[in-house]
Amino acid sequence: MQVTVKLFATFREGRFVSEVREYPERTSIASVIKQLAIDPAEIGMIMVNGRHADPVDLLNDGANLALFPLLGGG
Amino acid sequence: MDKILRVNMTDLTARTEAVPAEWVGLGGRALTSTIVAAEVPPACHPLGPNNKLVLSPGLLTGTLAANSGRLSVGAKSPLTGTIKESNAGGSAARCFAMLGVAAVIIEGQPKENKWYNLHITKDGVTVQEETELLGKGNFAVVDAVQEKFGKKVGVISLGPAGEWKMASANISIKDPDGKVRSVGRGGMGAVMGSKKIKYITVDDQGGPGVKLADPEKFKAAAKVFAKTLLDHPVSGQGLPKYGTAVLVNILHEVGGLPTQNFTKGQFEMHENISGETIHDTIVARGGKPKHGCHAGCVIQCSQVYNDDQGKYLTSGFEYETIWGLGANCCIDNLDDIAKADSIMDDIGVDSIETAVMFGVAMEAGVLNFGDGKGVIRLLGEEIGKGTPLGRILGGGAANVGKTYGVTRVPVVKGQGIPAYDPRSIKGIGITYATSTMGADHTAGYSIATNVLNVGGRVDPLKKDGQVELSRNLQIATAAVDSTGLCIFIAFPALDIPECLPAVIDMLNARFGINLTGDDVTNLGKSILKTERKFNQAAGFTNEHDRLPEFFNYEPVAPHNVVWDFTGEEIDAFWNF
Repeated sequence: MQVTVKLFATFREGRFVSEVREYPERTSIASVIKQLAIDPAEIGMIMVNGRHADPVDLLNDGANLALFPLLGGG
Repeated sequence: MDKILRVNMTDLTARTEAVPAEWVGLGGRALTSTIVAAEVPPACHPLGPNNKLVLSPGLLTGTLAANSGRLSVGAKSPLTGTIKESNAGGSAARCFAMLGVAAVIIEGQPKENKWYNLHITKDGVTVQEETELLGKGNFAVVDAVQEKFGKKVGVISLGPAGEWKMASANISIKDPDGKVRSVGRGGMGAVMGSKKIKYITVDDQGGPGVKLADPEKFKAAAKVFAKTLLDHPVSGQGLPKYGTAVLVNILHEVGGLPTQNFTKGQFEMHENISGETIHDTIVARGGKPKHGCHAGCVIQCSQVYNDDQGKYLTSGFEYETIWGLGANCCIDNLDDIAKADSIMDDIGVDSIETAVMFGVAMEAGVLNFGDGKGVIRLLGEEIGKGTPLGRILGGGAANVGKTYGVTRVPVVKGQGIPAYDPRSIKGIGITYATSTMGADHTAGYSIATNVLNVGGRVDPLKKDGQVELSRNLQIATAAVDSTGLCIFIAFPALDIPECLPAVIDMLNARFGINLTGDDVTNLGKSILKTERKFNQAAGFTNEHDRLPEFFNYEPVAPHNVVWDFTGEEIDAFWNF
């Protein structure tokens, strides 16, 4: 299945901004994070199609996955 | 801090008073709101002789506590008609604290059409007639005043918008680099203009300084506190590197980035105005990605942004400004937004109110969405020159909506709604609706828990838990606003258990008292209740604690949701 993976802030360094990537069916967000060599402790926010998600959640074909370190502002 | 400086602009006199017993232990917002509530008739005209402008440093200002240099300014607001507290960094708050000044109360109004400046020293206040700097922008005022008094002097000034008493006029405070920080919201510049004061200088030489009741205990607590700021990923890493504009991509992704005057929740060109792009642009042009708005700031969320020739263009370039002219006005050229930011600082208008206003003006057809050059022209040639069109635009978003017959006017109690759509991030909608200040994201920053996963998680699209979240945040914020601390300490305070106790330890060591966490919560509650009582006496009811009607019937993409809280559900906010 295809998943659009978007990375933000420091996660972009040495990786990419946005890529459509191929994954086996029922891939979890945690395994995407692992494949990208992102330290799970650095994950601040995960969004799938604009909704907050958790590492254990499984991805569907065509999903839009966004990974952020812990960030804030205001 | 044992002195009140009271300046009467009717007879041009000033006197020094002792802090009365009932105000002892108050600072910042607690003191400005208490004084306004005690001394300003709620029904008065905000620009008339009975309103008062109150300035107060925070309880921890002037100490070595990190991020403690905010100056609180209070009055009845000409924009909202409510009580108003607005605070900013810069160097003046520290000068007041070093002089032992708890508050400056400016009252009355000159009878003659003459302008004045105030010079504040250890000996009190001198009121002098001002002619030379009238009509000048803030940068020229700060430069001229620094030339006269030296770089260490605190400067509080008005641009021409304040002289013209525009409802979006702000008050500027000189920062450590001789640029300005803004007491932005609520038209506090118009109140200062109504007192006919062009600028205030604060010279702390020879002042008593700040004496700590228990220096050792203070030092230990201050160390713990600063460590929590540096240890938290938001205040220690994210904010210094990317600034507050790191929120652009986050809010786009979550569908809460108000776009094209609040008709959409995502901006196609978001990457062009994102914190990541700003960081790379600043570095490539030799600017400074990190910068503090006041001495003692360890977060350094501000920055210095240069133009494509490597020359200084603006600083203090914040998310709300970038969102407001960017997504909300569909301008994707960062340099145009930066240029507009610099003009707004110079002429002295609130960059949030003005950006929200431009969204409404674009909808009205005054200029097209995306017309960055048009924004720059209207700022410089109309608002900055006080033309009739400029006066309409300078009156803020609600004023422009009314003038041009626009129904999609994103304001609460007359104040422009900032950078987070309340339909898709419902907790911030409760804050906009209930804040005693009109629409104000900082009053109870529900974004932290709704979006950023700080302080837990509350689903932004559901109603559950939002009223309680906003209530707890507004109570805590009112207390933090009284300390002089930057509101960004909330990020570690919500996540790191040692942070808030360290703040309380600092307060206790500063004053030799024994506050508990409950005392601080009760202070926050009492501030909110004092402010609400003022608003009620000024004519505000529960029916004013509502969002504009269009949020109820216009779903916002991508989640296609409306604002669906009932009045009764919103009013439960005040059950404390």
